[in-house]
Amino acid sequence: MKLTLWTYEGPPHIGAMRIATAMQGVHYVLHAPQGDTYADLLFTMIERRDRRPPVTYTTFQARDLGSDTAELFKTTAREAYERFQPEALLVGASCTAELIQDDPGGLTAALGLPIPVVPLELPAYQKKENWGAAETFYQVVRTLAGPLAPPPGTARAARDPARRPRCNILGPTALGFRHRDDVVEITKLLATLGIDVAVVAPAGARPADIARLGEADFNVVLYPEVAMQAAKWLTRMFGQPATTVVPLGVGATRDFVREVAQLAGVDPTPALGEDATRLPWYSRSVDSTYLTGKRVFIFGDATHAVAAARIAAEEFGFTVVGLGTYSREFAREVRAAAEKYGIEALITDDYLEVESAVAALHPELVLGTQMERHIAKRLGVPCAVISAPVHVQDFPARYAPQMGYEGANVVFDTWVHPLMMGLEEHLITMFREDFEFHDGAAASHLGTVAARAPSAALADVQASRPAPQLAAVTASAPTAAAAAATPATIGWDAEAEKELQKIPFFVRGKARRNTERYAAENGVATITVGTLYDAKAHFGR
Amino acid sequence: MSAASEFVPLQQLRSERGQRAVFCGLTGIIWLHRKIQDAFFLVVGSRTCAHLIQSAAGVMIFAEPRFATAIIDDRDLAGLADANDELDRVVTQLLERRPDIRLLFLVGSCPSEVIKLDLSRAATRLSKSFEPRVRIRNYSGSGIETTFTQGEDACLAALAPTLPVTAEKSLLVVGALPDVVEDQFRRLFAALGIGPVNFFPPRRSTELPPVGPGTRFLLAQPFLADTARALGERGAVQIPAPFPLGAEGTTAWLQAAATEWHVEPGRFAAVTGPGHERAQRSLSRHRDQLAGKRVFFFPDSQLEVPLARFLSRELGMQLTEVGTPYLHREHLAPELALLPEGTKVVEGQHVDNQLDRCRAERPDIVVCGLGLANPLEAEGLTTKWSIELVFTPIHGYEQAGDLAELFARPLNRRLRLAV
Repeated sequence: MKLTLWTYEGPPHIGAMRIATAMQGVHYVLHAPQGDTYADLLFTMIERRDRRPPVTYTTFQARDLGSDTAELFKTTAREAYERFQPEALLVGASCTAELIQDDPGGLTAALGLPIPVVPLELPAYQKKENWGAAETFYQVVRTLAGPLAPPPGTARAARDPARRPRCNILGPTALGFRHRDDVVEITKLLATLGIDVAVVAPAGARPADIARLGEADFNVVLYPEVAMQAAKWLTRMFGQPATTVVPLGVGATRDFVREVAQLAGVDPTPALGEDATRLPWYSRSVDSTYLTGKRVFIFGDATHAVAAARIAAEEFGFTVVGLGTYSREFAREVRAAAEKYGIEALITDDYLEVESAVAALHPELVLGTQMERHIAKRLGVPCAVISAPVHVQDFPARYAPQMGYEGANVVFDTWVHPLMMGLEEHLITMFREDFEFHDGAAASHLGTVAARAPSAALADVQASRPAPQLAAVTASAPTAAAAAATPATIGWDAEAEKELQKIPFFVRGKARRNTERYAAENGVATITVGTLYDAKAHFGR
Repeated sequence: MSAASEFVPLQQLRSERGQRAVFCGLTGIIWLHRKIQDAFFLVVGSRTCAHLIQSAAGVMIFAEPRFATAIIDDRDLAGLADANDELDRVVTQLLERRPDIRLLFLVGSCPSEVIKLDLSRAATRLSKSFEPRVRIRNYSGSGIETTFTQGEDACLAALAPTLPVTAEKSLLVVGALPDVVEDQFRRLFAALGIGPVNFFPPRRSTELPPVGPGTRFLLAQPFLADTARALGERGAVQIPAPFPLGAEGTTAWLQAAATEWHVEPGRFAAVTGPGHERAQRSLSRHRDQLAGKRVFFFPDSQLEVPLARFLSRELGMQLTEVGTPYLHREHLAPELALLPEGTKVVEGQHVDNQLDRCRAERPDIVVCGLGLANPLEAEGLTTKWSIELVFTPIHGYEQAGDLAELFARPLNRRLRLAV
């Protein structure tokens, strides 16, 4: 048993629903109690889908458990087939139905329906949503494309040079983080290289499209969490190579272009133009000097977290102080990436663990999921969202891909937006303690967030003025770790306290905390001006 | 109650079975944890349970919530870990983390019911370790036993046997109401000379209302069958009444208590008159827009019958179908009596058949859950999310206009939009 306040992923049958809902012409019959139908609203509300997910639930109740839930499943499956006339049927159980062991696959086989049936075994007490999506997509591909696979050992025929190269795009699902726009952007990118897209799957694909996946020359794996397993099977069965680079960020997009060009046997140059994206110049322009060395904490699914770390380090000049994922299936990849930045990866699905990591690392920017957005909000740290789990805000009306060159532009804006601009930061230093521009005035870019109450540590010296946003942030982080680092026995002498007030307010909280930490570590009971500058020298970068 | 058999035949009442598109009882935690401010709700269930509450709570991640899930994993199922030991460990961890908690509910779920994890024994066992600092109770919010608002019923029914004893004649208002509504009712009862008045559930677990043979109780919500029975077992007597929705419903509800307390008609009129008049005035602002409009209810919260009564009698709307997950014949008898003759009331659900009927009716407004609302809007129907009717203050005189506005706004939106 595990105590869980918030979860990053739903149960595996939600992953199956993301596949079924993304596709056309399929229906999913789910053996599940009433209440599990809440899952519909994820799609109709968060993603604003205009149709119900193609899912029929048996919604058994306690009284059914005494009679025949298997019969209920069969009736439900038969009626769903008759009403929705799908071209393929997925069947499976949610967590509760798994316990009553009715075997939806066997029961459906007994119905003798004239369409392919994909039985799904998704162990709800071991696995989670992304695993469920990957497994479902793999089973769909295996069932529908399997019969068309050539005999084992058959060499793949070379492409007829008269025909343009073509690939499949694998991975986009319903409820995916910007999948809708990523597919458009990558399709455009492939077109500039003269590569056609045969099938996009699962999003938008019909069962007949899945059946012809083997016809393409290679596969583009956009979301490894969902499509890696199916792509590996396609490589094995059809001899189709698959891409390994995910085109998130300028560098990765260029690597991706070179990879697909090589797989397709075309010239990469048309898609490597310097003017394809504004990010490189924006990052080199002087205003971005303020970005240099900013400490970022990154958490998300493995693909987006690893990509964000590369973008942060190479394309913004940030310092990556934390990198983690809730995707245990890809822990190895994330650990390897973290090593590059000289840090240890945080592999966890425990929200509280992530929160204490953020608090302890006191980053200047958090790049995370909607969960980290709340953590950052509580700690007062700016945050941008880079990954699922999704929120209604992650489905913007405008075109906002994350991938490819336009994706890099979107990422630049998204990450910079929560921060102060360079010139802005400069002016704050110039005007500090100006009577109209003081630390009690909330920073305009933080919008409606009101100035917070001073922390206990600040209360004595700052009782007369509200604590500033950014300083309060760093100073009032309500964590056990922070509290432990500043035992109540450490005091400030009046001179040091006065000197502290001369430090610009938006870094004052950090200076206070660092000095107290330094004092604690060095057994200093009373902080003097000397201690303050010793600490500055010690922590200075 | 004989009233029920007298009135029900006037309605076309039938039940149907099939796929239900409703929440389970766990969802009640969303408002119960806001109401009882020192209570914590620990669901013993699966990742699905955790995901449900988080998705239903959606936008409410402001502070550390006072609910969580002890997620059962394969080790618990395979017997590798003793589920009771595991639960003790999780509860200890939780209570160490949250020393402010005074009342802990162990909330049963579908999986915990199916594996027959005895949470009432667990609650008794854990109480020995943690009382008096923390009381530990249990109830089931499982989808195989409860639908949406029945979770509140199960929660209150679990508390009822532990309420303090009183012999005094007192009024108990039963069902979670927003604090602001509670305070309005408190003022009205005081002005009527009815008292002492207690509300159940209370805002803090240390303020549990006393109950006994002198207790008369009014239900504020129509979904409290088990709670009413449990209070009956404590000797309390229910005052039958329509529910306090709209001007008419609120007056009738107050009148039922006033009659029990022998409040003079003149005093009753003087006390309730201004509120009643204000409510009618605020309703009149929406009547032009709503009168004659045809409304269709999908089953959701069991509030459907009282709401239908309010919409038809106070706003002149026409009822095409009133779906409700359960219909408590006795508690709803006074409401059913007020529905127009021949109203089609459907208990239970077969969602696909019901959608067919709804499309055929082409109502002006459909009251339905979040899973159905956008798909129906996309088909050109106007919808009202039913969950808002549970989360928003709608009871009493001062909220009557707000309640009408909840129905007027979707129609208004459709009129304004030119895209």
